[in-house]
Amino acid sequence: MSDPENRDQMKEPTGPKPGGRGPGGGGPFGGHGMGAPVVKAKNFAGSFKRLMGTLKPEMGRIVAVVVLAAISVSFSIAGPKILGNATNLLFSGVMGKQLPAGVPKAVIVTGMRAKGQDRLADMLSAMDVTPGVGVDFDAIGRILLLLAGVYLLSALFAWAQGYLMAGVSQRTVYKLRRDIDAKIARLPLSYFDGHARGDILSRVTNDIDNIANSLQQSLTQLITAVLTIIGVLGMMFFISPLLAAISLLVLPLAAVITMTIAKRSQKQFTAQWERTGDLNGHIEEMHTGHSIVKMFGRQKEAIDVFEDRNQKLYESSFKAQFISGIIMPSMNFLGNLNYVAIAVIGGVRVASGTLSLGDVQAFIQYSRQFTMPITQTASIANVFQSAVASAERVFELFDETEEEPETTTPLHIAEPKGAITLDHVSFRYDPETPLIDDLVLEVQPGQTVAIVGPTGAGKTTLVNLLMRFYEIDSGRILLDGIDIRDLTRDELRTTFGMVLQDTWLFAGTIRDNIAYGYDDATEEHIVAAADAAYVDHFVRTLTDGYDTLLDDEASNVSAGEKQLLTIARAFLADPQILILDEATSSVDTRTEVLIQKAMKKLMANRTSFVIAHRLSTIRDADTILVMDHGRIVEQGTHEELLAAKGFYADLYQSQFVEAYEEAV
Amino acid sequence: MLDLLTTYLKPYWKQIALVLALVMVQSIANLYLPSMNADIINNGVAKGDIPYIMSTGGMMLGITFLLGIAAIVGVYWGSKTAMAFGRDVRGALFRTVQTFSQQEVNIFGAPSLITRNTNDVQQIQMVVLFSLNMIISAPIMAVGGIIMALREDVPLSGIIVVVIPFMAAVIGALVVKAMPLFKVMQTKIDRVNQVMREKLSGVRVIRAFVRTEYERERFEDANADLTKTALSVNRIMALMMPALMAIMNLSMVAVMWFGGLRIESGAMPIGNLTAFLAYIIQILFSVMMATIMFVMVPRAAVSADRIQAVLKTAPSVNDPETPAAPCVDKGFLEFEDVEFRYPGAEQPVLCGITFSAKPGEITAIIGSTGSGKSTLINLIPRLYDATGGTIRVDGVDIRDMDREDLWRKIGFVPQKAFLFSGTVASNLRYGDQEATDEMLWRALATAQGKTFVSEMSDGLASPISQGGTNVSGGQRQRLAIARALVKDPEVYVFDDSFSALDFKTDSMLRAALKREITHATTLIVAQRVSTIMHADRIVVLDGGRVVGIGTHEELMETCPTYREIVYSQLTEEEIA
Repeated sequence: MSDPENRDQMKEPTGPKPGGRGPGGGGPFGGHGMGAPVVKAKNFAGSFKRLMGTLKPEMGRIVAVVVLAAISVSFSIAGPKILGNATNLLFSGVMGKQLPAGVPKAVIVTGMRAKGQDRLADMLSAMDVTPGVGVDFDAIGRILLLLAGVYLLSALFAWAQGYLMAGVSQRTVYKLRRDIDAKIARLPLSYFDGHARGDILSRVTNDIDNIANSLQQSLTQLITAVLTIIGVLGMMFFISPLLAAISLLVLPLAAVITMTIAKRSQKQFTAQWERTGDLNGHIEEMHTGHSIVKMFGRQKEAIDVFEDRNQKLYESSFKAQFISGIIMPSMNFLGNLNYVAIAVIGGVRVASGTLSLGDVQAFIQYSRQFTMPITQTASIANVFQSAVASAERVFELFDETEEEPETTTPLHIAEPKGAITLDHVSFRYDPETPLIDDLVLEVQPGQTVAIVGPTGAGKTTLVNLLMRFYEIDSGRILLDGIDIRDLTRDELRTTFGMVLQDTWLFAGTIRDNIAYGYDDATEEHIVAAADAAYVDHFVRTLTDGYDTLLDDEASNVSAGEKQLLTIARAFLADPQILILDEATSSVDTRTEVLIQKAMKKLMANRTSFVIAHRLSTIRDADTILVMDHGRIVEQGTHEELLAAKGFYADLYQSQFVEAYEEAV
Repeated sequence: MLDLLTTYLKPYWKQIALVLALVMVQSIANLYLPSMNADIINNGVAKGDIPYIMSTGGMMLGITFLLGIAAIVGVYWGSKTAMAFGRDVRGALFRTVQTFSQQEVNIFGAPSLITRNTNDVQQIQMVVLFSLNMIISAPIMAVGGIIMALREDVPLSGIIVVVIPFMAAVIGALVVKAMPLFKVMQTKIDRVNQVMREKLSGVRVIRAFVRTEYERERFEDANADLTKTALSVNRIMALMMPALMAIMNLSMVAVMWFGGLRIESGAMPIGNLTAFLAYIIQILFSVMMATIMFVMVPRAAVSADRIQAVLKTAPSVNDPETPAAPCVDKGFLEFEDVEFRYPGAEQPVLCGITFSAKPGEITAIIGSTGSGKSTLINLIPRLYDATGGTIRVDGVDIRDMDREDLWRKIGFVPQKAFLFSGTVASNLRYGDQEATDEMLWRALATAQGKTFVSEMSDGLASPISQGGTNVSGGQRQRLAIARALVKDPEVYVFDDSFSALDFKTDSMLRAALKREITHATTLIVAQRVSTIMHADRIVVLDGGRVVGIGTHEELMETCPTYREIVYSQLTEEEIA
């Protein structure tokens, strides 16, 4: 539709965004928080709330997930305490065995005190020991069985929780994707013309993937982490308030360290990200422009710039990795400090009989479980921030203004004839710059309108209005005497057929691509259309014929053949009105002849609007619209316009007369 | 992969040795802590010896500090080494690509070279980092843990022998089940992206053909399909952590039971049990880490192979060992019986090409697609080397010239005008950094770019984005032409460089070129007859052979292929 000038301007920036996580990155063990810096949401609270809102239909399941997680965590927290009980039984058994049988415990304790072994006596008196009796393996066995059961149940619930959460997050993301797709279908064309395609695409893909991963991994982790912290703290206080208080000292310390490091590394990661962008941009440019770089003798400079940026990236990425790499050892260090403190103080307390050995053992396990979720929450916070930022970008898309609603009382044209009337039509893209002012045009069925003008004159504007891709500001456009706004867009567009210079083919078979505009196309229809477009022969030379798959960029078919395929598509759709764009791009001369013949055939008996480059088309046109700088400057037949000696006459002289008349 | 690692890690062997030593220290320290804890229980707690508890505690504290310092120093050198490794590999790749001729660039394709130079290096660099900072310690911890466990109690260590293979099997089974699904999922993500990309690029066609509903279904299918796979993957992976935790916890239960029996029989002191529990957790944790390695390595190996493929490719075009002295003559170009075929191809692309182009003249080359036009002119700057015959510039075989000297003589305007990020001026000065603003404006005037550049907000200083995407195709071509003009070479080569211009601009530009280029040789490849009609000499190519040389009038008389091309572009009525 657009001529090359406009199209190029709309092109998305090339190349991947520096350091951007590819979709589905991370992998099975992929952690978050490494690499890209967190992009902050503009309105965190609002977007967060909205993101949670999208989870509403899953509320029941989310409650179930939380309950399951709570059960699982409680079981796993109970574990060390139960294990501690087993240790206690074992310990007392061991102690009891060393004592003379038949002597009451009290007697032994008194005896010890007499010998000055006060501490041992203290410990012994606090223990449930029967002198001379060894380990009660029945009791231990029962406890261990219970413990095994508790652990298994904990795992089972954890699994159930993860299983449910997978459903919750995937369904939510599925719905997000579906809704965004529906939204895109309702957006006006101006949105697509005004936004880089890459940006829209990344909202639908990267951002949504980001949300998916965060929901799946972080939400469960967050729930478990928080529950674990609470549960572990509770157990620790229950066992020994003193030891718990010591462990708690670690908590703010851990938080401060994590925060400081995270903050610093964030800065370094941003630097690393930017420098990766710089370097990758350079690599991209130099590899793409390889031959130019060489032929203009700039190779040395290219390498110098590369070395410089490579070194800079090295410096900042080393810092980023080092600083963020410190978090783990620091946490381990704190954990170990805590471990030593508990071992020593706990040891003393056991020895003095105020604490059991099993409890110390349980406590050590708890303190080990304690630091992990803290580090986790820190990194989850980052992940969440970026997920909310992604969600915000998705919601922005949801909030875009939609197309004007369809008329509620649509009219219907039973047999469209293809008469078009533009009745004092005015339109401007930008309120400041008038484009089409008070245009009056009468096109009879079967007539041809040629739109001409220099490159970049905005020849596509009229097409945008006819197809209602854009809404006119004032006046009326009539199709067979009916205002096109009284028709549904679908009905209006069905009467039109388009063959654009920008041949749009989608990944699929040639058959599907030709049958694109027509649901119930039979094989005969398709072949007939291909034949009419002179492409049947070409298709049959391909190994798979009509089943040939066109790949992503359709590189297995030449530009000219693509054009023919889109003409075949228009033949099959059999519209009353045609919009054609005569290509200027390089097409092989023989194919060019076929394209011309096919277009001519297609135009027969149809009302046609042609963005014209060929002299014959222009001369034969019933009306010529001459455009310049986006405006219609002249209007009339070839002879009329030549006689007027205006812009067209000038254009005609310079473009065609010289070139062609000398050529022959 | 190993090759790449050894080559590029070698310069850092000292650092790596240090990291290894530090990891060793950490492992030993980490393993020693539980054993001291056991001592506290056995010798201190059980005997009520508080001073012993305190002194051992003090030692543990010391070890903890040692551990922390060793870890941080280890991370420092690990990060440094890994990042330096990445830097070096990246540099080697970039420099290798710079030696490539167009032929090697085409084998890989520029986009693939970019990915290899960026993402693939990144990928393998992360593996090195991860290995040095974490994975390296896994085997050491595992082995050390086993040794320590054996020291505590040999029979009890039997549990480890049972648990490790079991754990490895469970992880292995999950990974084996999940990995193929991950791959499938990636293709389905790609599919969703592809459908969306098509929808966005074809939005006009979709709406014009009223296919919104059909497109909705197409996306819906891809979306549902992806969701289904993502769901199974995530459900399988949801099993991973709980299963591993269960195995670990159950092994502790087992240690408790069998350890209890050992203690009862008096074969083991009770404190060892606590230590043993700590060891078994450490060992199993190491096994988990090691399995991560098994997931990461195959991926990195793919990247490493892709990198190696580039590094091992030798350029097919090289400078001569004793280059001919640069001659001072002016751009006389000769092709003598030149042949070109791609390596291993049966048919040559070009064959028996003989013609010459003189300074001050315009030589045009025309032919249908696939006739070998672009290949022919790519031979001149030695983007490819001819496989037969000779190309001479000013009487010297171009293969005997230093390429820098050759390139200095040529001003090349490629088919796809490629601009660099920077400003209009920096692009125009690409071939001559000393050029004055006046020279730039003059070149722009000739290239018909003066008007639009002066209309840009900052004139010559206006920014150009990467690839020149912020100017239109026609403007890009005109800037590329101006860039070649600024260089002021002896030979101009225009490879279909006017295709994005409308007829009017095209003809004005040609007229200006004719005025301005008076001493240099001009070679024009074109599709449009009107572009080359006035050339002094037109070379008509068909199927890689010259089928006619002459002026427009001569060729209209003598060359049927030329006539066919002319007629295809002008309809009969226009000729009549």
